[in-house]
Amino acid sequence: MKDIKPRVRQFLLDNFLMGSGAQINDDTSFMKNHILDSSGFMELILFLEENFGVKVEDAELLPENLDSLLNIEAFVGRKLLVQPSVAAQAN
Amino acid sequence: MVHMLLHKYLTESVAHLAEKVAITCGDERITYRQLQVLADKVAAVLQARGVRRGDRVALFMDNGIEMVATIFGVLEIGAVFMPVNPLTKREKFRFLLQDSRACALVAHAALAASWLPAIDSLATLHTCIVTGQLADATSADDRQIPFPRQTDDTGNMLRAPSCAETIDQDLAAIIYTSGSTGEPKGVMLTHLNMDSALRSVMTYLCPRQDDVIMCVLPLAFGYGLYHALMSVATGATLVLEQSFAFPAKALQTMSAEQVTIFPAVPTIFSQLVNMKGLDQYDLSALRILTNAAAALSEEHIRRVRALFPQASFYSMYGMTECKRISYLPPDQLDVRPSSVGRGMPNQELWLVDDAGNRLPNGSTGELVVRGSHIMRGYWERPELTAERLRAGPIPGENVLYTGDIFRTDADGWLYFVSRKDDIIKSRGEKVSPREVENVLYELNGVLEVAVVGTPDTLLGSAIKAFIVADHESGLTERDVLRQCQLKLESFMVPKYVEFVSHLPKTDNGKIKKTGLT
Repeated sequence: MKDIKPRVRQFLLDNFLMGSGAQINDDTSFMKNHILDSSGFMELILFLEENFGVKVEDAELLPENLDSLLNIEAFVGRKLLVQPSVAAQAN
Repeated sequence: MVHMLLHKYLTESVAHLAEKVAITCGDERITYRQLQVLADKVAAVLQARGVRRGDRVALFMDNGIEMVATIFGVLEIGAVFMPVNPLTKREKFRFLLQDSRACALVAHAALAASWLPAIDSLATLHTCIVTGQLADATSADDRQIPFPRQTDDTGNMLRAPSCAETIDQDLAAIIYTSGSTGEPKGVMLTHLNMDSALRSVMTYLCPRQDDVIMCVLPLAFGYGLYHALMSVATGATLVLEQSFAFPAKALQTMSAEQVTIFPAVPTIFSQLVNMKGLDQYDLSALRILTNAAAALSEEHIRRVRALFPQASFYSMYGMTECKRISYLPPDQLDVRPSSVGRGMPNQELWLVDDAGNRLPNGSTGELVVRGSHIMRGYWERPELTAERLRAGPIPGENVLYTGDIFRTDADGWLYFVSRKDDIIKSRGEKVSPREVENVLYELNGVLEVAVVGTPDTLLGSAIKAFIVADHESGLTERDVLRQCQLKLESFMVPKYVEFVSHLPKTDNGKIKKTGLT
């Protein structure tokens, strides 16, 4: 899915940066740059679950999955590849 | 061994445990000897730049080895460290620097959006030590110098002993806290204050040299800070994480480092007890869990204890003005789970009525604390200081009027009732309604504002703003939140915004908050 990054970036700009003029590059760490705090990450996870139809497991709450646009793109992309087959097995 | 000065704890641990790992943070590990070397270098750089005994040095960093080294480096030269919450936005940060007249700042480059504009043309600040790389090197001015590396040769810059004249009555730290007036105030703590608090806490928690203490709480916050100090004083190993934002990562670290002591706040415990697959992490080494900053619900205490039956659980209570006041001995948890205890070693406490009369057990009143850990006062705020520090039983001695209302049972066990002022506790942090209201009044179209706390199972209290807006202005909730995000620490940003046509008033026209939720 090629629109993961722009949609997440827009979500962050709309809800956390709100016109502060700050930039989010593809590899910007949300935590190190204080774009998101603990509750902010929880909102990000809800956003990913609702908008991309993925389920983020507790064990996946890791910076390598969630702490930059690039990491999110790779993580959600992987989940979208895997999940249909999981759903098929379940059926 | 008489220490008297806080930084002597590091000297002492280096003498016995030079090659032991003092701190781990991410991929970095540093021994006690290396930590001392780094602290000495920070001290040398600050001293070479003209920082003197009693000068304030602001620390604006996330948890990391640099932060701990800087604290000890500042103390070594007799200066005063002033940790600032990394969530602080530029205007408030500038206020803190101006109010304290800090002459030096040690800051992380990633936080430059807040500190760089704050120090612009600030004449009182002559030095800024930067850790990490600034994205925009052109913004550097000649006050900025890089954070020293362990391997840097600072030659003979540090004259030993660097500040032999420091005594335990000198200030060690100033920690800013929210005040009901809306302006933050600096809590002044001497070496004696901090050392006393540390010793009392260590007397009941009994940390050991083989302990591994994990700190995910900001070191700019007393609760986190004292765990770093306790770790160094004990000769234990400190495991630092920036936050608990990635629970799975924190748990991996906890397991890999075989963490034995884990201090947390209710929001963290709540995440922990609701986490699936906790059994995949080896947390068997955990022996002490502590909660402070806000009360943990009895249900969560029960679930935390069920998850970690091998660990002792401590409910604790305190305030920046004296660090810690009370803890509930773990063997009392089943008897009186909602009590915070009845004090701690080397401290006296009692309740008073409005006239200041001492109340017997079984009463409700304001908690008063007596001990050598209570603050020297609020920095350059004599009136506010006089409200909190008042004459004690011995002539010339001050005791701390906490502003917290407690009730005691027949045996003197303390139960929190409420605050005397309107300070809101949200996510374990103090929020001044006035501070939030002041920021909202800056918005065009805002006519009247009332900010209150509303009960919230996770946050303790959630911040709610009632706003009367000018119809013409077209002010939206989004405008309100944007303003708050820009100016306030995230824990102060209202969770709820409600536009109303009018606010209730008292007879003399003041906004009346009773009944607003």
